[in-house]
Amino acid sequence: MYQYFYDLTGNTILATLVVAVFPLVNVLIVALIGVYLERKVSAWIQDRVGPNRTGPFGLFQTVADFVKMLQKEDATAKDIDSKLYNIAPVLVFTGSFAAYAAIPFSSKLIGSEAEVGLFYVIAISSLVVGGILMAGWSSNNKYSLLGAMRSVAQIISYEIPTAIIVLSIVMLTGTLSLDKISNMQTAYFWNWNILGGAEFGITKFLLIPFMVVGFIIIFISTLAEVNRTPFDIPEAESELVAGYFTEYCGMKWAMFMLSEYGNMFAVSAIVSILFFGGYHSPIGYLGNSLGVEWLIPFEQAFWFLAKGWLFILVQMWLRWTLPRLRVDQLMSLCWKYLIPYAFVNLIIIGVISLL
Amino acid sequence: MKSAEEIFEILKTEFGDSILVLDKDTPTEPIISVDPLQIHRVSKFLREHPDLQFDNLMCLSGVDDANGNKVTNADGDELIEGGTLSVYYNLHSVSLKHKISLKVSTSRTDPKVESVENIWKSANWHEREAFDLLGIFFLNHPDLRRILMPYDWDEFTTEVSRHPLRKDYKNPEFYQGMKVPY
Amino acid sequence: MALKTEHMVLNMGPQHPSTHGVLRLELEIEGELVNKVTPHLGYLHRCFEKHAEAMQYNQVVPYTDRLDYLAAIGNNFGYALAVEKLLGIEVPERVEYIRVIMAELQRIASHLVAIGSNGADIGALTPFLYLFRDREHILSIIEETCGARMLYNYIWIGGLSHDIHPDFVRKTKEFCNYFKPTIVELDNLLSYNKIFIERTANIGVLPVDTAINFGSSGPTLRGSGIKFDLRSDDPYSIYDRFDFEIPVGKGLMGTVGDCWDRYYVRIREMEQSLRIIEQAIDHIPDGDVQSAIPKRIKPPKGTVYRRVENPRGELGYFIISDGTVNPFRVKVRAPSFVNLEVLGELCKGYLVADVIAILGSIDIVLGEVDR
Repeated sequence: MYQYFYDLTGNTILATLVVAVFPLVNVLIVALIGVYLERKVSAWIQDRVGPNRTGPFGLFQTVADFVKMLQKEDATAKDIDSKLYNIAPVLVFTGSFAAYAAIPFSSKLIGSEAEVGLFYVIAISSLVVGGILMAGWSSNNKYSLLGAMRSVAQIISYEIPTAIIVLSIVMLTGTLSLDKISNMQTAYFWNWNILGGAEFGITKFLLIPFMVVGFIIIFISTLAEVNRTPFDIPEAESELVAGYFTEYCGMKWAMFMLSEYGNMFAVSAIVSILFFGGYHSPIGYLGNSLGVEWLIPFEQAFWFLAKGWLFILVQMWLRWTLPRLRVDQLMSLCWKYLIPYAFVNLIIIGVISLL
Repeated sequence: MKSAEEIFEILKTEFGDSILVLDKDTPTEPIISVDPLQIHRVSKFLREHPDLQFDNLMCLSGVDDANGNKVTNADGDELIEGGTLSVYYNLHSVSLKHKISLKVSTSRTDPKVESVENIWKSANWHEREAFDLLGIFFLNHPDLRRILMPYDWDEFTTEVSRHPLRKDYKNPEFYQGMKVPY
Repeated sequence: MALKTEHMVLNMGPQHPSTHGVLRLELEIEGELVNKVTPHLGYLHRCFEKHAEAMQYNQVVPYTDRLDYLAAIGNNFGYALAVEKLLGIEVPERVEYIRVIMAELQRIASHLVAIGSNGADIGALTPFLYLFRDREHILSIIEETCGARMLYNYIWIGGLSHDIHPDFVRKTKEFCNYFKPTIVELDNLLSYNKIFIERTANIGVLPVDTAINFGSSGPTLRGSGIKFDLRSDDPYSIYDRFDFEIPVGKGLMGTVGDCWDRYYVRIREMEQSLRIIEQAIDHIPDGDVQSAIPKRIKPPKGTVYRRVENPRGELGYFIISDGTVNPFRVKVRAPSFVNLEVLGELCKGYLVADVIAILGSIDIVLGEVDR
């Protein structure tokens, strides 16, 4: 993408800027749509109407909310550690928005085509942990502290099964580049990793059950990493008021929320790249059959967004259906079930890939 | 099932006449009057006797009997001097399904009643409430603090406005700088 | 220097999303483990008992609405029964039937809130809204008859404030038919949900003898497995004419007397309430509902303690009459007040998240706790 804009403008600064702004725009749009969709989806699930006053079908509700959030007074408590307190939301937001830099939206729409994209995404999302701990500690509020402790314990624990499953995919594909992983699953949906990958043969069929297990594990653990119900205990409203961001208001609070929705899409994107072919169409391209080549990247972007939002919808569906777990149950789920299964899965996939 | 008279007879043989009176004049419910400093003994007996088994204290209510002399003090407040405060105990047996009411009366100037908290745990908050609203002291209560009124009510108010359910209660003028009568 | 550790004190409330009002809990915690719970009450103290002493008997009725504001009809009912006993009057058949139907409708409405908020505390927001939707049907049925949706002032001493609306019988029957399938839906959505069971089973176990000693009543007591319901054990009004069961906690998912049992007892009780309504609704006799209302209420001297089975437990009114038009003393034995006392006992050794679950399963209403 950088190369494309460089060729277009002939200016390195301009090209860099465009590429840098791209993830920011993305994360904002995702958050805007995400918040609106969450309200509508929860309303449909709960037999309600949902926002319907601001604009057609309440479409501008989130926009109005953001405008309100920007205007709000930045009220802070007296005894906070103001340095950490102010850095924390920025750090959390940076963590989730920087991940977008490496996510390929289509073959042409990639912020950075880094060879270590997958590694980078996992590393940069860990930045969030630091921000959360900072927020909880600096707020000087016991609820925030408890929420932060829970959150950090949870995110770090659940990174382990995520990483193991990612590792098994990396073992199969032999690359850390998100773009290359996507390209390995091109053409039709039976080439997806969840259906054993593109290589046809006995290994493909042997892989299918273990890939499904891997997908389930990574979906559950990413759900926990982004603090969504049933794993939303760090911000468990009925227990800890709002968890680590209890003391925040206005735009600082909004940054936490933005990053939550940003993260939701980021993890959905990662899951769809690893298991569901990334930006590749499951049924072939219209551009190919019509012979219109410039259509293909748009089709790819459409498929990528469709897959990402599908996972977000599943996350919302779960959130509005299930109660939340308790903190110790959450930990035992991770350490007693997910991690051992993920390890076994890793070994089996390794053995199969040697065949 | 035992009637109030039968229960009274059992109690009388155990504790003697001196601390017990059966008040049958009350039209609706017979009430056994007990000495306030013996109530815990009577209660324990009522709870543990195999024919009685009063395992459930339904209700414990403090009452200002307002049977003293009405006097007017220097500030023009009408006060009640002398007389009694009472505590009513409504007991029930879950297993035997009979009921009885007890009553103790204690002097208004120095109201002291033995606590029954160690017999029925449910008495704990009821006694705190009676202490809070009527100023009845329950001896041997583990945690006799105010419960409904603010803990620091005493610091801001005078003698006449300590305990709201006393019949001569007067609203204090101010509580923590806030005007009370509105 | 020797290292020392101390427990953290966490103030839960009076403003907190799930203390069901303005209850303040002082939690002494060690990490997330709760060592001690001290409830502090009184944030909603409105001096009901002092007010009542200054009112005439019939003027007290609206004040009783505000005790357990989720089950106002039950409060009216208990007060009316107590004063009627003092007065020694009988009310007409029609009044009795309507009172029972109304009280049972109210019981369902109240349990719906209790179950819903218990679920919401544990994080299931959707059942909460479903139940509020169903409660709406009951509220509109009652609203049609007495004009209010929450504080009804409906059951008066010796009668009722209004006769039932002409549509009342039809709509109540419709509601019964509508509501039965939704109980099944609720069971599938929440009661047998794996996560919900994990969160509530074996949590906050209340043994029977502790429950009785602490004076617990209602679903809190029955969840511990003892069959004790004032509607059948100390029948008042015309409850002895109806055929219904008393659901008790059986420890289906864990130990007898855990949060899940208390929760489940409420669901089964709603079914029994429907049964009572269905038995009563077709047999409401004709007559006037106000004929027995005394012009001037001046009971003879005496004391009375009258108790009814409110949705939250045994609601008792202890009234002393000195022979004047004002009650000399009205003491309310509020079920939530007494049930809440056992909280400190239940929460020891559980986690902060469990305190919420336990509090939700006890189901308190602060209007009644603080009076």
